[in-house]
Amino acid sequence: MISIIDYKAGNAPSVLHAVNHLGYEAVLARYPGDISRATHIILPGVGSAKATMESLREMGLISELENAVLQKKILFLGICVGMQILFEHSEEENADCLGWLKGQVVKFDASKIRVPQMGWNNVNLTKTPVCESLNEFFYFVNSYYAKPKNESDIWGLADYGGPFAAAVRKDNIYATQFHIEKSGIAGLNLLNGFLSLKNGVR
Amino acid sequence: MLTKRLIACFDIINGMVTKAVRFQDNINIAPAEELAGTMYDVQIDELIFYDITASAEKRRIDIETVKKVARRVFIPFTVGGGIKNLEDMYEALKAGAEKISIDSMAVRNPKIISDGARAFGSQCIVLSTQVKMSKQMPSGYEVYIDGARVATGMDAIEWIKRAQELGAGEICLNSIDNDGTLSGYDLELMKLAEAAVSVPLIASGGAGTPEHLKELFTDTDAQAAIISSMLYSPRMAKNYTVNELKKYMMQNGINARPLK
Repeated sequence: MISIIDYKAGNAPSVLHAVNHLGYEAVLARYPGDISRATHIILPGVGSAKATMESLREMGLISELENAVLQKKILFLGICVGMQILFEHSEEENADCLGWLKGQVVKFDASKIRVPQMGWNNVNLTKTPVCESLNEFFYFVNSYYAKPKNESDIWGLADYGGPFAAAVRKDNIYATQFHIEKSGIAGLNLLNGFLSLKNGVR
Repeated sequence: MLTKRLIACFDIINGMVTKAVRFQDNINIAPAEELAGTMYDVQIDELIFYDITASAEKRRIDIETVKKVARRVFIPFTVGGGIKNLEDMYEALKAGAEKISIDSMAVRNPKIISDGARAFGSQCIVLSTQVKMSKQMPSGYEVYIDGARVATGMDAIEWIKRAQELGAGEICLNSIDNDGTLSGYDLELMKLAEAAVSVPLIASGGAGTPEHLKELFTDTDAQAAIISSMLYSPRMAKNYTVNELKKYMMQNGINARPLK
C-alpha cells in the first residue's frame, strides 16, 4: 500500500494524481493506521517547515512515521518541505524538525539571487535503486534549502547561487527538494522508480 | 542553473479558454483541460489560468476546471480570479494548483497577501497586476483593476514593493499598453520592477515573435515570460511551437529547459 500523508497545508492530491497516472493506487493518509500498513510512504510538502511539523504533531502521526521509517525501514519519499523537515532544524520560523538526517535548513541569500527559487533547475542524481545516475531538469519552489552534515546523504546537487542539496538519500529514505510530482516526464519517471521498488530494491 | 520559464496563460470563461485583445472581444479557443493537456504534452514549463469572469459575477473560482486540469498535467500551474479569502485559496490548492494569483482583490484588501503567505507560504502567492503608463505616477506606471478597466491612482512599482513586503512570492506584471499588440514586452517596466523587488518576476503582455523573448531575457532579469498568442491565437499569422521557441532561446544563449 502506498500512503501519501495528507496534512493541512500539503498538496497530497497532486501527488496522488501523479501516482495514479503511473498506474498505482494510493491512500491519502490522515491517521496512524494509514501508515502502519504502508509499503511506500510519501510525505508531500508545501508551506513552511514549522506548519508542517505542527500539522503532523496535531494529527498524531510522528511516532508512527518514525516507527515505520526508522524501525521497520519502510520506503519513504519526502518532497520539498517534506525533505526539509527530515533534518534537525530549519531557519524558517526557527523550527525544530524530525532530525532523521543530520544537518540544518537555511535560507537562500536574497541579496545575490531572486528568492524564492522558482522554476526548472538542472540536477545531477547519483545512481541508487530508484534510478541510474542522471542529469535532468526538475521544478523547484523554495526559499530554504537543506545543508546535510553527512555528504554521503546527498543524492543530487543543483546550483542556485552555489551548489545545494537538491535530493538526499539514506538507506530507505529518499527525498527531493524539487516537486517530483510537478516535474513533467522527468519527475514521473523518478517517481516511478521509487514506486517500483520492492523491499528497497527493483 | 535555473532556466527561464515559458508560461502559457489561459483566460477561462465557463471552462473554455478564450483570447482577448486589450481585454475585449473574447473568442473561444478550446476547453481548458484540453488545451492544458496539449500544452503539457508539448512541454510548456508552466501554466496560469485566470477565471476572468469570476470576480465580476461575484462567484468563486471554477474548481471543477482546476480539478480536471490537475489530473491531466504534471507541471506547476497557477489559478486566479474570484479568490477572496483563505478558504478560496485552500480549495484551489487542494484541487491541485501550486500557486494562487491575486490581482484586484489584493488592491482592495492587501491583507489577503499576508494571510495567504502565512497560511500556505509565500511561494504560493503570486501578485498579478495590470499596469498602464501614466505621467501622473512617480514610476510612470499606474495599477489598474477589474479587468484593467478601473484606474486605482496607485503607483505600480510602489505597489509591487508593498506586495513583496506583505509576502508575495512572485510578481506577474501585465502591460495593458502592450497586451495583445504583439509588439514586445514592456522592457522598461520590467527593468524598474527588477530593481525594486527581489522575488521572481513574470513578464506579460505583448509577445508576438521569438525575438521578444530574446529581448526580455537578455535585457531584463525577468524569470519567466507569458506567451499565449504566439502559441495558439487563431488571430496570429503564425503560431510557434514550444520546441521552436526553446530552440531559439538556447541558440541565443538563454538558459532554457530543453525538451525531452
